[in-house]
Amino acid sequence: MRNSYFNKNSELTNSYYYRNLDVKNSYFDKGDSKIKIIIIYAILILACFIALYPILNIITISLRPADKLLSTSLKIIPDNGSFDNFIKAIKKPEFLTWIKNSLIVSLFSTVCALTISVMGAYAFSRHKFRGKKMGLNLLLLSQMFPAPMIMLPLYILMTKMQLTDKYAGIIIVYIASAIPFNVWLMKGYFDTIDKSLEESAYVDGANLLTAFYKIILPVAKPGIAVAALFAFMGAWSEYIIARVLLATEDMYTLPMGLVSMQGDFTTQWGVYSAIALITAIPAMLVFILCSKYLVGGMTAGSVKG
Amino acid sequence: MRLERDYYRNLQIKTSKGRFHKEKSKILWFLLPTFLVMTLVVAYPLIFEFVLSFKRVVLQNLRSWDWPNVGFDNYKRIFREPIFYKVLGNTVLWTVINVSCHVFFGMGLALLLNRKLPFKALIRLILILPWAMPEYIVALTWKGLFNEEFGTINVVLKTLFGSDAMIPWLSDPKYVFIASIITNVWLGIPFIMMVCLGGLQSIDKEYYEAAEVDGASNWQKLKNITLPLLKPVMTPAIILGTVWTFNKVNIIYIMAGNNVSDDAHILVTYAMKKAFNNYNYSYSAAFAVIIFLILALFSSTFIKAQKMNQVR
Repeated sequence: MRNSYFNKNSELTNSYYYRNLDVKNSYFDKGDSKIKIIIIYAILILACFIALYPILNIITISLRPADKLLSTSLKIIPDNGSFDNFIKAIKKPEFLTWIKNSLIVSLFSTVCALTISVMGAYAFSRHKFRGKKMGLNLLLLSQMFPAPMIMLPLYILMTKMQLTDKYAGIIIVYIASAIPFNVWLMKGYFDTIDKSLEESAYVDGANLLTAFYKIILPVAKPGIAVAALFAFMGAWSEYIIARVLLATEDMYTLPMGLVSMQGDFTTQWGVYSAIALITAIPAMLVFILCSKYLVGGMTAGSVKG
Repeated sequence: MRLERDYYRNLQIKTSKGRFHKEKSKILWFLLPTFLVMTLVVAYPLIFEFVLSFKRVVLQNLRSWDWPNVGFDNYKRIFREPIFYKVLGNTVLWTVINVSCHVFFGMGLALLLNRKLPFKALIRLILILPWAMPEYIVALTWKGLFNEEFGTINVVLKTLFGSDAMIPWLSDPKYVFIASIITNVWLGIPFIMMVCLGGLQSIDKEYYEAAEVDGASNWQKLKNITLPLLKPVMTPAIILGTVWTFNKVNIIYIMAGNNVSDDAHILVTYAMKKAFNNYNYSYSAAFAVIIFLILALFSSTFIKAQKMNQVR
């Protein structure tokens, strides 16, 4: 009796042992047969192609020489491809204006939005007060409003205050649109910082501002960096609000400029593609670096809310 | 001696605790800027919009600030016009098709990726790219791909099936709508995929091992382990996705341009067009209020349903 039990047991451990060994040695899951792996790769490669193609297409057009812009060829790297379009783009005076406008608007709104939302998030994280939950939920709710709902009355109010077509007008809207997500993101980050850190600072006689500035902010740097990147990218790639609030071409931001260029597609398609690439690539790099936090921030926010 | 020391020590702790609470209550001032900006830029305009929807504001009298009251005329006009029902139908179609495609493809890809595969990290990186691209560039790029003469899609259709198969993607409202859906499906898959991958990785492998011991098939494992355990992660992502899709302005607004009829629009883009291309401000405000009510209805039903689930 005892013997058989022992045997059975060793058989089990043996099979476990071999199975683990098997898993360790192979590149694939043990349950996947060869055909299954081939099918999986086929689907994934097709998906990758579909995901990449539109981006490749911009690259192709940006490399095409000026006389072949309207070709119907499907080659990814065109014949006689050159960087002419990129050189033309950089030399284009409007392009420099657009970049300047985009930089001013994005930088200012990032700095302001960050200051405001870091402070707000800290209060939400550290203090219990009436209406706290409601405040957080209202912030979340504001994310659910469609853009035109706010844009229309804002546009009318801003024409009244003569803020349309000015940096100030668009910056304040960008600040407001960055705050809700940033507050949620930073509140989550502050929640992970141990309260005893500031408490000991208070015992040592620090006041609120010094404790916040000297103790909490340095610890929260990584979270703040992510929030800053998102705020910046949000403003950098925003089109609809700019479309409504900006009218003269001197004030156009990059997105506005690009969409306006596309109006005369036939003449400038190559240059347009070059600018689109120059604009999109930094944004995409930043996004991929932070995407982990984005998914976490969004789902955490809605699960807890 | 010792008592005295303890006494002072306790006093010190007490006062520092008091200080601590005093300092802590000052924290509320930190909320002031957030509150001010949100009130000024979000709450006040919303109320203002509600007021606007009962007035008559067009380009001619916009700057006068002397707008006549028209009562419910704007609303009556909206409900009387057939275009409202057309656009409402479009919105439902747009949201349902987009979100179900996002979930189907996003979850499918996540399930395929959630295993040992060489080059897995690279594949995942490529698959996130659509989400990383700025939205307006996505719209412009796909508009180029759908270009009727030179766009890749028609070129491929032409070489495969001859010139009869070429589709007027950007001039026929029906096809503008389809093209916009294709673009937005492409754009939205990575978000669901990423959320789903995160959820899959948090599922304990032991469940699957136990199921294997019991001889469960792959389909049974998917149905009885994976999907139920993914639900808490996927539900908020799907709600968020639905609201975003419902509100998505960029894609259709850029795809449809200015010159197409209203048939390709959804509620939000139609409201935008009426306000900023046709300068019919108060009409658009009434439209926005209706959109708001629809969204509020959707979210409150959803929150209620979720609470019911939690009780169960």
